[in-house]
Amino acid sequence: MGNSRFEVVTVGAGIVGAACADEFARRGMRVAVVDRDGIGSGATAAGMGHIVVMDDSESQFALTRYSQQLWQRLRAELPDDVEYEQCGTIWVATDEEEMMEVRRKHAFYGERGIPTGVLDANRLKENEPNLRDDMAGGLLVPEDVVLYPPCAARFLIERARKHGAEVRLGVSVAKIGEECVRLSDGTEIRAGIIVNAAGAWSAEFTPGIEIKKRKGHLVITDRYPGFLRHQLVELGYLKSAHSLTTDSVAVNVQPRKTGQILIGSSRQYGTEHTQVDHGMLLRMLRRAQEYMPGIGPMSSLRTWTGFRAATPDKLPLIGPWPGDKSLFLATGHEGLGITTSLATARLLVDQVTGSKTEIPVEPYLPSRAAKEIAHA
Amino acid sequence: MPSPVELTVNGKPVTVPAEATVAVAMMIAGVACRTSVSGEPRSALCGMGICFECRVVINGLPHCRSCQILCQPGMDVRANE
Amino acid sequence: MNSGSTGPFDVLVVGGGPAGLSAATRVVECGKHVAIVDDNLTLGGQIWRGSPRGNPGLVDLFEPLRQSLSKLAVLSGTRVFDHPAPGVLLAEQADDVCALRYDKLILATGARERFLPFPGWTLPKVMGAGGLQAMVKSGLPIEGKRVVVAGTGPLLLAVASYLKRHGAQVVLICEQASWSALAAFGLRLIGFRQKIKEALELQGKIAGIPFAANTWPVAALGSSKLESVTISRGGKTSQIACDYLACGFHLVPNTELPLLLGCELENDNVKVDEFQETTVPGIFCAGEPLGIGGVESAIVEGAIAGLTACGQKPSGDSDLFRARRKARRFARLMERTFALRRELKDLPTTNTVVCRCEDVTYARLKQHSSWRAGKLHTRCGMGPCQGRVCGPATKFLFDWNPDSVRPPIFPARVESLATSRNGT
Repeated sequence: MGNSRFEVVTVGAGIVGAACADEFARRGMRVAVVDRDGIGSGATAAGMGHIVVMDDSESQFALTRYSQQLWQRLRAELPDDVEYEQCGTIWVATDEEEMMEVRRKHAFYGERGIPTGVLDANRLKENEPNLRDDMAGGLLVPEDVVLYPPCAARFLIERARKHGAEVRLGVSVAKIGEECVRLSDGTEIRAGIIVNAAGAWSAEFTPGIEIKKRKGHLVITDRYPGFLRHQLVELGYLKSAHSLTTDSVAVNVQPRKTGQILIGSSRQYGTEHTQVDHGMLLRMLRRAQEYMPGIGPMSSLRTWTGFRAATPDKLPLIGPWPGDKSLFLATGHEGLGITTSLATARLLVDQVTGSKTEIPVEPYLPSRAAKEIAHA
Repeated sequence: MPSPVELTVNGKPVTVPAEATVAVAMMIAGVACRTSVSGEPRSALCGMGICFECRVVINGLPHCRSCQILCQPGMDVRANE
Repeated sequence: MNSGSTGPFDVLVVGGGPAGLSAATRVVECGKHVAIVDDNLTLGGQIWRGSPRGNPGLVDLFEPLRQSLSKLAVLSGTRVFDHPAPGVLLAEQADDVCALRYDKLILATGARERFLPFPGWTLPKVMGAGGLQAMVKSGLPIEGKRVVVAGTGPLLLAVASYLKRHGAQVVLICEQASWSALAAFGLRLIGFRQKIKEALELQGKIAGIPFAANTWPVAALGSSKLESVTISRGGKTSQIACDYLACGFHLVPNTELPLLLGCELENDNVKVDEFQETTVPGIFCAGEPLGIGGVESAIVEGAIAGLTACGQKPSGDSDLFRARRKARRFARLMERTFALRRELKDLPTTNTVVCRCEDVTYARLKQHSSWRAGKLHTRCGMGPCQGRVCGPATKFLFDWNPDSVRPPIFPARVESLATSRNGT
């Protein structure tokens, strides 16, 4: 295969790369997508597929909310195997301190037009009978959604293809930058716009990106329809997601459309191997059983791991990379890649085409890190 | 001489030879063990506990591999839907 | 069986079939403590399945074990599902979980039948050949029932004979291998060569059962259960009304536990040195996981593994090595004879279910270029069989190679998965 020329090359065919390719292609640009593996093979294959609004910061909220709305608008076009299900989230509180946090979130979302409901202990039990009896209550977020990410990524890639995008899978990339993506076999794909959407591996292609791999574990059970109705997240989840250094677990349990229960979550730094860590698995499953004792006797079929792409300030990198006019980033999404993929694509393509963005992009610009260094 | 075992399959009484497995009871009763994801009736395939096609509900517990479980008197066995 | 930790055993044998029993026998003869852990209700594996009566070889093996019960622990109905730390395996039983600690480990995990998809293969009463035999051994009435036995391999004859002895009307044995391949094959176990000669002379009957080579199932028909089978015989199709179809395409090795433990494989078989030690020190392997070899390979390799695990390596001139060479020569001949013909790749139609756990059809799978992509996008292999049925099928149909192995290597309760290395 010889060298070729496009307007855009997306490096990475995960959910973010797929969304970007789709957005560029639908705006009439000639797009190529490359991935060393298949469609949706990295964190996209490993993650939970939870489309969730988060209130960790105004910027995180704005991005998750914008993107969730884009998913809602896309819903009708998604094929069955994407398994889009608006089951909602319940943030579970185990004590009065966590109930205060529930009320704070309720107020925060209420002020910003996101419908939520405060559940007391009884209402919580009605909504989720299999939760342990002595919970304090929770926050119901009915518009949150669950879907199956690899098929969602495939849908976006197929739509990009219909608009002329060329997709090259099983292709290793050696170097990117300066209007060129050089493959391991020596051939080159030239383009005025190169998007680094390589997730946990982004820094390998663009040295200087501050992304660390954050390993997670998941377990899936056999089918137990009706056991769980909403995605349940413990309020300690944010503490786990916050920490930049320690290994942690936080209960995050999801009903899949099949009736299978997906059990998470864990976060670990500084480990590169994909093997299941028995100690982490133990901690994660025991904590999940504390919240839902009925999970214990369930038949578990598979466990797996994945790497999230984590940035120091917990916000993704969406925009131009300083120092190379052709290079753009769409990466660093940590646990919110599925949720924010569509908004990421919009914000990126709007920046490239000079269109007005729907929400301010400053918090996500790759140059923000450079600015901080300059001011230090 | 060990005696036959009486149990129920989908609410109906079935008698099986001593030391018969629940999968055999399902076959004698003429009831498929489970319904597949796309609605097909399924029964034991491998007979050695690895295919999971023979899953039934025993005394309320779902996903039991019936080819690996001996019938007990009074067992309540139902197809795993 | 109490929960918590069990052992430490000098030697832990995983699998209670001929290889495992042979290994355990040698270990008790050496005076060491051994435990056999096996998923099935009774020992004997998939071929002998329980009763030692009528199986002289098994009685010979059982005798030393019976004499040394104080040194032997038998954990039946026990499934190994994880390896949380060196020297420990986690295993699950009906109501319990235990951590099995060991100094040396012998893997005798045996084999399972290979199933290939064809239209109607998911109908109730279509079973594996060993599958139907197992059901009959577990009490299924078969007297007077019409059975077609199909697929490939010496197991078909053993199953057909067994069923006939129990009163079944075995209408036909359909062996996909060619007459010439079979004629060249000498199976000493049940006088196969003699029987093939008989069959050629007596117009296609073996032990009184009609036998056809170059023959395979094309479709199973019926509304809610099997009613008849369409077969292709010498290029012509015909239909046979029957009550059961016992269909299996030889055997594939159970290599999940060796892979989980980090043992290297070569051509899908576990690699061992001349003393049956795998590439992981202290872990041995015998029998089918090294390549389908039948009972003889299993017994001699189990013996070598058992002796070596006790520090009693057989000397270079030992009879065991000669017996093993002979057995493995036979194993290679068996593999060649019963190789799958390429017509079998064309049996599934677009709507034929290939992954039975998730009902993924042939057409949907064909679009993908690897096991991993197929799995990710269709869920093939993500069900409770963990790829044990669809894995070998897709390997044959599409040349796909499976993923790496992760715990649990057998479905296990969440609370079992959350058990510490101490068993608590």
